[in-house]
Amino acid sequence: MSGDLGESLRIKVPVRELIAQKLPVTLQLASMAIVIAFLIGIPAGIISAVKKGTAWDYGANLFALWGISTPNFWLGIMLIFFFSIKLGWLPASGYVPLSEDWRASLSSTIMPAFVLGNAIAAILMRHTRSAMLQVLESDYVRTARAKGLSERSVILKHAVRNALTPVITLGALELGTLLSGAVLTEQIFTIPGFGKLIVDAVFNRDYAVVQGVVLVTATIYITLNLIADIAYILVNPRLRG
Amino acid sequence: MSDAALPAIAAAGSDETLESPARRALRRLKRRNSALFGLAVLAIFIALAVFAPLISPYDAIATSWSLVRKPPSALHWFGTDELGRDVLARVIYGARASLLAGLISVSIAMSIGVPLGLLAGYRGGLVDALISRLTDAMLACPFLILAIALAAFLGPSLGNAMIAIGVSATPVFIRLTRGQVMAVKVEDYVEAARAIGNPPWRIALVHILPNILPPLLVQATLSIAAAIIAEAALSFLGLGQQPPAPSWGSMLNAAQRFLTNAPWMAIWPGLAIFLVVLSLNLLGDGLRDALDPRER
Repeated sequence: MSGDLGESLRIKVPVRELIAQKLPVTLQLASMAIVIAFLIGIPAGIISAVKKGTAWDYGANLFALWGISTPNFWLGIMLIFFFSIKLGWLPASGYVPLSEDWRASLSSTIMPAFVLGNAIAAILMRHTRSAMLQVLESDYVRTARAKGLSERSVILKHAVRNALTPVITLGALELGTLLSGAVLTEQIFTIPGFGKLIVDAVFNRDYAVVQGVVLVTATIYITLNLIADIAYILVNPRLRG
Repeated sequence: MSDAALPAIAAAGSDETLESPARRALRRLKRRNSALFGLAVLAIFIALAVFAPLISPYDAIATSWSLVRKPPSALHWFGTDELGRDVLARVIYGARASLLAGLISVSIAMSIGVPLGLLAGYRGGLVDALISRLTDAMLACPFLILAIALAAFLGPSLGNAMIAIGVSATPVFIRLTRGQVMAVKVEDYVEAARAIGNPPWRIALVHILPNILPPLLVQATLSIAAAIIAEAALSFLGLGQQPPAPSWGSMLNAAQRFLTNAPWMAIWPGLAIFLVVLSLNLLGDGLRDALDPRER
C-alpha cells in the first residue's frame, strides 16, 4: 500500500496527479448540485405532504416524475439551447475555477449543477413526502396539535425534524448517482472534471487511469455510505447507546 | 396446502368470492389512471418498434444532400438531420434499439441475479457470504460508470452495450432476491413443503420463487427504465448502437453539434426517451401499489 496509482499510458502523467487536478472540479459541481437538490427537493416534499391531495401535491409529484424520467444529457442539451443559444445568458461550455473569478465560475457551473441536482431533488422530494406523511399521522404530532401549537410550529418543529432523519440517509446514498451523472454532464458542458477524465481514459484505453479512477470512485462511494450511517446516528438520538 | 398461495394456480380458480392475487392486482392496477397512461404510452412505443417498416414514412438510413438539416415541414414532420435523413423515421426505428436494450439487459440481469439471490438467500452460510461480498464489490462502483467501463472493454456495439448494462444491473436483483427469500423461507408454507420431503431446489423454485415475484416484477419495470437511459447514455458516448443504425442516444450526440442551426434534431429523440422512461416509471409505481398486499 503506497498510494501509487501508476502513470497514464498516454500522457505520461502520474494518475494521482491527474485525479488531484480533476476531482476538485467535480466536487464543486457536486456540492452545488446537492445544494440545489436540497433547496428544491425537501421543501417540495414537505409542501406536498402537508397539502396532500391538493394542486400543490399534484404539482410536486409531477415535478418528481419529470425529474426521475428526464435523461440528464437531454436536459443539459435543452438548457444549453435555451439559456446559451436563445437567451445568451450563460456560457454553453467551459469551466472557470472558483479561485480565478467566482462569478464566471458560478455562471459556468450553474447549468451542469442544476442538471445533476434536478434528478436528486426529485428523489429527495419523494422520500421527504412519504416520511412526512408517516410522521404527520404519529401520536406526538397529534399531541403537539392538542397542546394548541400553531400548525406552522407543529410542522416545522415536530414533524420535519423527525421526517428528515431517513431522508438524510437516503439522500447521502443518492450522492453516488452524482458521480455517474457527472460523466455525461461534464461531457456535454465540456467541463474538465472527474467524469470527463473517466470517459477520456476509457476511450483512449488508458487502463492505468481507468483503474485509478474506478478505485477512487469506489472509495468515495463507500465513504459516502459510511458518512450516511454516521449522520443517521447523529440526527437520531435513539440510536446512540 | 401451500399451493393455494401461488398466484398462477389460484388464478385458474373461478371462485368469485376468493379473488386470486393476480386478478386483485390487475383490478387495482386498472383503477390507477397514471399506470394505465404509462401502459398506453408504452404500448404505442412497442407498436412503433414492432411495425417500424410499416409506419415509418421514410428509410431511416437513406441520406439526401438536398435535405440536410431541413426544419419540420409537412413532408418531414420532425425535420431532417445533418445527412438529410428523416428524423421521424429515425425516432421510430430508434425505438427498436432502446426497447430491445431495456428488455434484453434486464433479462440478462434477472437470469443471473435471481438464481444467485435464491441460492444465497436459501443456502446461507459460505455460499451467501461469497455471493454477497461479490454483490457489495459490484455495488461499490456506480451503475453507469461500471456499464461504461464494461462496454468499452467489450467494444462498441449495441449487443455489448446490452451485456454491459445487464451485468451492471445484476447486483440489484441479487440483493433484492436474497432479501425476499430470507423473509419468505421462514413462512409456515415453506416449512410445510420441507416437512413433506420436497428437495431444496423444488422448495426454492416452486414454493419460494412464485411468492417473491411481485417485488421482482416492480424492480424489473423500473430497471428497464434505467437500462433504456443507460443505453441512450452509452450510445451518446459512442459505445452503443453504431452509425448509421438509428438510436436515440446517438441522435442526441449528433444533435448537440448542430444545436444552433437545427434544434429539432435534439428535441424529438430526447422527448422519446423521456416518454418511454416516464411510462415505465408510472407503470412501476402503479404495479408497486397494486401488488402491495397491505393495500386493499
